[in-house]
Amino acid sequence: MKKYTLYISLVLVSLSWGQQTPAAKQNQSILIIGGTAHIGNGTTQEHSMISIIDGKIQYVVDGRLAKPAKHDVVITVNENHHIYPGFIAPNSTLGLVEIDAVKASDDVREMGEMNPHIRSIIAYNAESLITETTRPNGVLLAQITPRGGRISGTSSVVQLDAWNWEDAVVKADEGIHLNWPRSYVRTGWWAEPGGIEANKEYENQIKAIQDFFSLSSNYLSGDRKNKDISLEAMNGLQAGTKKLYVHADGEKEIRDALLFKQKNKIAKMVIVGGYYAFKVADDLKQNQVSVLLKRVHDLPLLEDEDVNLPYKNAALLVKKGVLTALQNQGDMERMQTRNLPFYAGTCAAWGLTKEEALQLITSNAAEILGISENYGTLEHNKSATLFISEGDALDMKTNKVTHAFIDGRGISLDSRQDELYERYKGKFEQQKK
Amino acid sequence: MRNFIHVFFILFVIPIFAQDYFPKNDGVRQNFKSQIAITNATVYVSPTQKVEKATILLEGDRILDIGTNITIPKNVTVIDASGKTIYPSFIDLYSEFGISKAPATPRGGGMNTPSYEPSRQGYYWNDHIKPEYQAFENVTYDAKSAAGLREIGFGTVVSHNSDGIIAGTGLLWTLNDANNNATRILNQKVSQHFTFRRSRNSRQAYPSSLMGSMALLRQVYHDAEWYEKGNSKTVDLSLDAFNQNKKLLQIFNAGDKLNALRAATIGKEFGVNYLIKGSGNEFERIEEIKKTGATYIIPLEFPEAYDVSNSFLAYQVSLTDMKFWNQAPFNLKILAENNINFILTASDLKNQKEFLTQLRKAVAYGLPKEKALAALTTIPAQLLNQSANLGSLKKGSLANFIITSGDLFESKTILHENWVQGNRTILSKFDGLDSRGTYDLVVNQINYELKIEGEASKPEAKITKDSISFDTKTQFNDPWINLLVKSKDSTAKGYMRLNGVFDNAAFKGTATLEDGRVIPWTAQLKEPNKVKEKPTEEIVVPEMVPIAYPNVAFGNKEKPKQETLLFKNATVWTGESEGILKETDVLIQNGKIIRIGKNISGANAKTIDATGKHLTAGIIDEHSHIAISSGVNEGGQNSSAEVTIEDVINSEDINIYRNLSGGVTSANLLHGSANPIGGRAAFIKLKWGYSPEEMLVKEAPKYIKFALGENVKQSNWGTGGSRFPQSRMGVEQVYEDYFTQALAYEKEWKTYNASKSKTKIKPRYDIEMEVLVEILNKKRFITCHSYVQSEINMLMKLADRYQFKIQTFTHILEGYKVADKMAAHGVGGSTFSDWWGYKFEVKDAIPHNAALMQGEGVLVSINSDDAEMSRRLNQEAAKTVKYGNVSEEEAWNFVTLNPARLLQVDNRLGSIKVGKDADVVLWSESPLSIYAKVEKTIIDGIVFYDLEQSEAIIENIQKERNLMINQLLDAKNKGSKTQTPKRREVKHYHCDTLLEEF
Repeated sequence: MKKYTLYISLVLVSLSWGQQTPAAKQNQSILIIGGTAHIGNGTTQEHSMISIIDGKIQYVVDGRLAKPAKHDVVITVNENHHIYPGFIAPNSTLGLVEIDAVKASDDVREMGEMNPHIRSIIAYNAESLITETTRPNGVLLAQITPRGGRISGTSSVVQLDAWNWEDAVVKADEGIHLNWPRSYVRTGWWAEPGGIEANKEYENQIKAIQDFFSLSSNYLSGDRKNKDISLEAMNGLQAGTKKLYVHADGEKEIRDALLFKQKNKIAKMVIVGGYYAFKVADDLKQNQVSVLLKRVHDLPLLEDEDVNLPYKNAALLVKKGVLTALQNQGDMERMQTRNLPFYAGTCAAWGLTKEEALQLITSNAAEILGISENYGTLEHNKSATLFISEGDALDMKTNKVTHAFIDGRGISLDSRQDELYERYKGKFEQQKK
Repeated sequence: MRNFIHVFFILFVIPIFAQDYFPKNDGVRQNFKSQIAITNATVYVSPTQKVEKATILLEGDRILDIGTNITIPKNVTVIDASGKTIYPSFIDLYSEFGISKAPATPRGGGMNTPSYEPSRQGYYWNDHIKPEYQAFENVTYDAKSAAGLREIGFGTVVSHNSDGIIAGTGLLWTLNDANNNATRILNQKVSQHFTFRRSRNSRQAYPSSLMGSMALLRQVYHDAEWYEKGNSKTVDLSLDAFNQNKKLLQIFNAGDKLNALRAATIGKEFGVNYLIKGSGNEFERIEEIKKTGATYIIPLEFPEAYDVSNSFLAYQVSLTDMKFWNQAPFNLKILAENNINFILTASDLKNQKEFLTQLRKAVAYGLPKEKALAALTTIPAQLLNQSANLGSLKKGSLANFIITSGDLFESKTILHENWVQGNRTILSKFDGLDSRGTYDLVVNQINYELKIEGEASKPEAKITKDSISFDTKTQFNDPWINLLVKSKDSTAKGYMRLNGVFDNAAFKGTATLEDGRVIPWTAQLKEPNKVKEKPTEEIVVPEMVPIAYPNVAFGNKEKPKQETLLFKNATVWTGESEGILKETDVLIQNGKIIRIGKNISGANAKTIDATGKHLTAGIIDEHSHIAISSGVNEGGQNSSAEVTIEDVINSEDINIYRNLSGGVTSANLLHGSANPIGGRAAFIKLKWGYSPEEMLVKEAPKYIKFALGENVKQSNWGTGGSRFPQSRMGVEQVYEDYFTQALAYEKEWKTYNASKSKTKIKPRYDIEMEVLVEILNKKRFITCHSYVQSEINMLMKLADRYQFKIQTFTHILEGYKVADKMAAHGVGGSTFSDWWGYKFEVKDAIPHNAALMQGEGVLVSINSDDAEMSRRLNQEAAKTVKYGNVSEEEAWNFVTLNPARLLQVDNRLGSIKVGKDADVVLWSESPLSIYAKVEKTIIDGIVFYDLEQSEAIIENIQKERNLMINQLLDAKNKGSKTQTPKRREVKHYHCDTLLEEF
């Protein structure tokens, strides 16, 4: 179902598909009264009262102690319901591919190896039908990330209710994605696969990365008269205005990446994947390197490993003090975005408290992506990007989002999927009349 | 000199090759053949009978007499073999000696589109069936390879070309350099060979899977019988050959232990006792291997130690592979202990020269010597029906034997000679000159000390004078010795060359000095060599790590056993009208649920406190591809109803255990979706540790996979498809065509069976048609991979026309659009909870699908099609509560009772009800919660997964890994050959996994 070597192109997506209309700027003050507010920093506020004005959270207080101030709109929430900061999907390809098997709809990868100049944001389709299906589950922000090559390109963070990419940007061109070589690779080729063995080219591949970084460092410290756009794009990695996202799972790879960070004075590094990061946890913490963890709902990489290792992995890192968030790169990654809350729920079943697990897709993610000033928690003066759920949003059975706001804008929670549901439900009702 | 040899060869050797009755035009006949007597040897006339001080009297190619009281005639050549041991030479029944192989033909992929047609005319319709191939017509005697085989003790081999599913015949011939094929060939057609692998020399796409090979082989048996009775109107040279070959020894190269069981199964069906070639892992399923009753050909290849000195790399090596390194040398011991008949082959050895080393290793690891000998001599001779000629040494048998320096199984023992059909090959001379010792060497009036050391046949000379030693190169060609001595005089850079002959305790000869002068030299023996016995290298046998079932990480040390279990105070999700019962006890005994209620006491039961926990029926995955060996798709044709997953259940797949950890107890293993009519399914219980046969639920109703849409029309193939159908329009016609054929087939048989006179031509038995007729007669049920409403509707209408019903649409992502029609047809829907967007045909998939279908009265289940998702099916069921407001009880039934009903096993499975199978799961909380953990998974009253034990199990895996790593490091330190670490791969199949190499 999911693996394609080549795709048939030329399939046009029907123009009749309707998108949800993005919500207008907040022009009325909103007061949410009742329910448990999950702040996103590990704490909760029962009987909460949340004030939202001009897209910002004014306050989150105990509604039993405060008197409701006058607001244009008051939303009364059942005390059993819950309010969460909008969930954040890092390392996402939302809006870069619509249908996996339709090559014409695929803009996720550019040719070439060293592509820091490739910017995902301009290809981001704010009107993707897949994006619509993430919001009703609470996922309101994403980091749009290109794939492939050694350096895939530059990612940007977006909010998921926008007319176009420019509209969507929360933080543009915030980081460069480096796919670290693998020390273990499959030999042979697809029709005659060999075994999985040590990568003989591993050291050479690291050297190629080092050469490129040295080159860019020399270039950037010079007069930059002969403008080189790919080296130009590397600017900011040492100053820390751009992050270096290193995609690596193996222990050796992560250790090598840490050496690389030190040697090249990379200010901010994030490990993406990090399946074995728990083995390097102390060093990661010491070097202030955070982890965007490999998909939780996955099988162990090796036969001998604890069958529940992917579920326990986040707890192993958090307990060691490594700043950790979740991402879900892999098969069907875009449509699975809506399951991000449940990945966090699984982490809560296997070693974390629910509030710790929540941080994996809220405050921790915001901090790692560099948007924590505005997003990730329900706190004073932060963006009012949040939602209300009838039940525990980390559990699929109870994740029922009734309201969602991005920067104070009350967004649509509908999708074409709901329309199809309603249409056919209606059809059958009509038949029975 | 070279030219001379060449001329000699042409002039003198060829006439010797001529047979007696051939005209002779190059001289006169040589009528006298001298007998040869080998005396004073220890002779193993058979593996169990040793004769000391024996004489073997040979004439020509045969043994004239053998024993201790033999009068040696006067005019014979006598070879004194005092102190030597003689064994019958070895026989390899599984050799490719002398076979020339054509280079492999690319199979397709890339620029090569697969071919669906055969490349031959007049032969069977499938290129991979080649019984007409005759090895004897295709061999060239290769003296170099023959010498290599003689060096390791072989005298006779069966050569065949292991290419294709039926690979043709093999010939029995000797490794006799002195004569020609007329003498060497003992039987031109002695064996017929089988494999599960396609021919390397055909691109014909079918079969593309192990199950395809098995189905094809069965069909050949049916066709051959039909052909033999003269029912065919056309000629089939392959079937003709196959029928002729039936009387030969039938040798099946199965390989892996499970494949050996598969070969034996086919053999049993057609009354054939295959001689099965294994791979050396038979010990992992020894009980089942024993039950086959077959004789096995076992290769003597053991894995090299992994070099685990780099801990990063070592981490990648699986316990399975490390254990196999430890256990594999015990395989033959275990086979012997279980009285399994086996013979040995040198065929799989990476380095053939290691054969004796490996044989000795096996003996050191516990293989009894006499069994080892029998496996190389008497048993193969018996199998070949050649006991009179081969395998033992007796009057009249062929003079095929080896002369060794002692006990064959001691590492110091060397092979001196290998005699084949009375022709002697000297490997290491034993009756030659032993010149070893210390000599007074005098050259040019200077005295030196000369020491001749080393092996008698390959001595090394050392020359010293006054503690100065001279660099010396030695050549010894009994009785000649040539010494090249480098001068020590730094001013005269030159060499002294000595050549001489040994005679009467001295060497005498001529020396050529550095300055070119030629003068005589002598070396008088001062002290003969004190023979120093080479010490026997002891093979250190490590402790064998216990075999697990299956023999991988998380395997059971013993097959888990049935228990009587009493769950106290559980929240019981009955799945029945009783609904969810609080604080309820459930008693299971003899694999069944026997009581449900309050305050149950079970006298002998093991009580499990389930307070606060939830007990449910086990999850049933209606659409799974785990636990399948070598290919999930037989996509080589647009219909493959003849194949069945039941043939290829893989009991060793770690995903079985992983599924247990997610509460799955049964899985319907489906064929993939590469073709409109796929293969038959296998319904199994995930009895981890048990054999494939034990996992299969034999009584369950039988299913077949059909498929529609993009996969069957090859839409997502990079190169574009080339097989009919290429559109949904074509898909319908594939079904029309096959069911039309099936009706005609059924009618033909009915007519034939009804006719009293059996003079009519008997119809051909066609496995594929038989299966389609089963569908028409409602004896086999369809689960059909489907996505869009048009095709779903089409198949229902088609089934209506042929008066049967589709049982289940699987995936069925647009089922919600035609739910009313589905309900009317009576078909169930087994769907994904929320998958969509991965290809064009799933753009309209919605997560409310299950709820909508259910609302219209369709029987709905949620399946996985994925080894990862299958262990979270409880969560997938819970999503239907979110999308579509399904009640929790109904949602739970989506993964338990409903799939049981779709699979028509709800009389036994799917709910907690007295009398049903004790396939239950204990959860830490509501199974629909993301926070729920499986605490116990029980099948037939046997606990197969226990969360409480998991820490201990993981610790034990670590312990065994450490033990293995230390043993491996030890092996490396002691100089064992090593291999670089490799990661063992676990295959994950989906519907569209193609191009499996098998």
